[in-house]
Amino acid sequence: MEDRYSRHILLDEIGLEGQQKLQQAKVLVVGAGGLGCPVLQYLAAAGIGTLGVIDDDVVALSNLQRQVLFGTSHIGENKALIAREKLTEMNPNIEIHAYPEKLGDQNVISLFSQYDIIVDGTDNFPTRYLINDACVLLDRPMVYGAIFKFEGQVSVFNYEGGPTYRCLFPIPPKPGAVPNCSDIGVLGVLPGIIGTLQANEVLKMVLGIGNILSGKIYNFNALTYKSLTLSLARLDKEVEKIKERGENFEHMNTEFCDPETWKEIRWEDITSKEQVVFLDVRGRQEEPRITSKGVLEIPLDELTESLHLIPKNRKVVTFCKSGMRSKQAVKILQQHRFSNCFSLKDGIIAFDQMNVN
Amino acid sequence: MNIKLMYFGMLAEVTGCSEENLRTEATHIAELKEILLEKYPELQSKDFRIAQDEELVSGEVVLNGSQIALLPPFSGG
Repeated sequence: MEDRYSRHILLDEIGLEGQQKLQQAKVLVVGAGGLGCPVLQYLAAAGIGTLGVIDDDVVALSNLQRQVLFGTSHIGENKALIAREKLTEMNPNIEIHAYPEKLGDQNVISLFSQYDIIVDGTDNFPTRYLINDACVLLDRPMVYGAIFKFEGQVSVFNYEGGPTYRCLFPIPPKPGAVPNCSDIGVLGVLPGIIGTLQANEVLKMVLGIGNILSGKIYNFNALTYKSLTLSLARLDKEVEKIKERGENFEHMNTEFCDPETWKEIRWEDITSKEQVVFLDVRGRQEEPRITSKGVLEIPLDELTESLHLIPKNRKVVTFCKSGMRSKQAVKILQQHRFSNCFSLKDGIIAFDQMNVN
Repeated sequence: MNIKLMYFGMLAEVTGCSEENLRTEATHIAELKEILLEKYPELQSKDFRIAQDEELVSGEVVLNGSQIALLPPFSGG
């Protein structure tokens, strides 16, 4: 142990005693994406004794620009399982548990109960609010990180009675109101920076050194290097609401992730593709065009007046460049009683890549 | 009074700048918010919190700071 961690042990602030604290710590990372990858790498390297990772997603080519645990040969494989494989190689002296499943209200309590610290590496609000609420119920700190293009935020919520994510934003934003990386892009190194800051918070908490970002939100801009730390107060009223709801997690009851209003499908999950009507809602001049049989071209702004062109008895999968306009198209279709319709996750990238191969 | 406004994330895309100076007679945070919503109608559809001198505050707080930041939720990970 001494050799591997000698640079830690040399530090007066850590020493052998601190290294033993790291060995005894149990940390769960939700999401092995842009943020999750660096968090997992540094926590594994630092010798966190029990490390969990949950992610139901598979590695895609477009992930590799920032999700540095994965390589080209991992495309199509589950992220949590590949992460465990890579991390075990990095540090075989720690225990790594991989959960290749989606975090939901059925598994969140049993899973979080087994860990001391929960790291939020998710890319969506339903999961973020679920993590927050479960952390409040179980009294676990939530190490939060989130990114937008060239900017990132870090905070530690619910730490020793400190504010929670709902003290910052009590209600989830409306679906589609806040775009994510797959729709708008992100600088590859940014999640690396923000995820590393999250790993730093975990280490400080376990070691009991430094100041924890509790009651504070750190904002970083990778283009200007301007940073701003905003302070945040706990809203007891919001925390009480979470406790009153208990395990009837609120996010599940809102329009927010109601599958009837928000349907997204991955290319590999589309069965009987030859039966499906693929609806291209991009503008007519957008390249590359997909000319396969079964593709119908109706730009989003013409959709409402062209609904008669779409067969009602077939499954409809809408797609656009990245998956944002196609979600709006699904909403329009649903309003006009098309029940069997989905938006293609990752848009043309998924379609093109899989279609050509 | 003169204040410096700072816009984070997608809010900077709505306003077209990440920082600007504003001369205002507003007395409370909520009043300032109204002025900004009028100036940038697109902000009406956005969620954000307002910080005064690096402290996130609610609408009824008196506007007496020199630096106001608008912080939206970030989704990406």
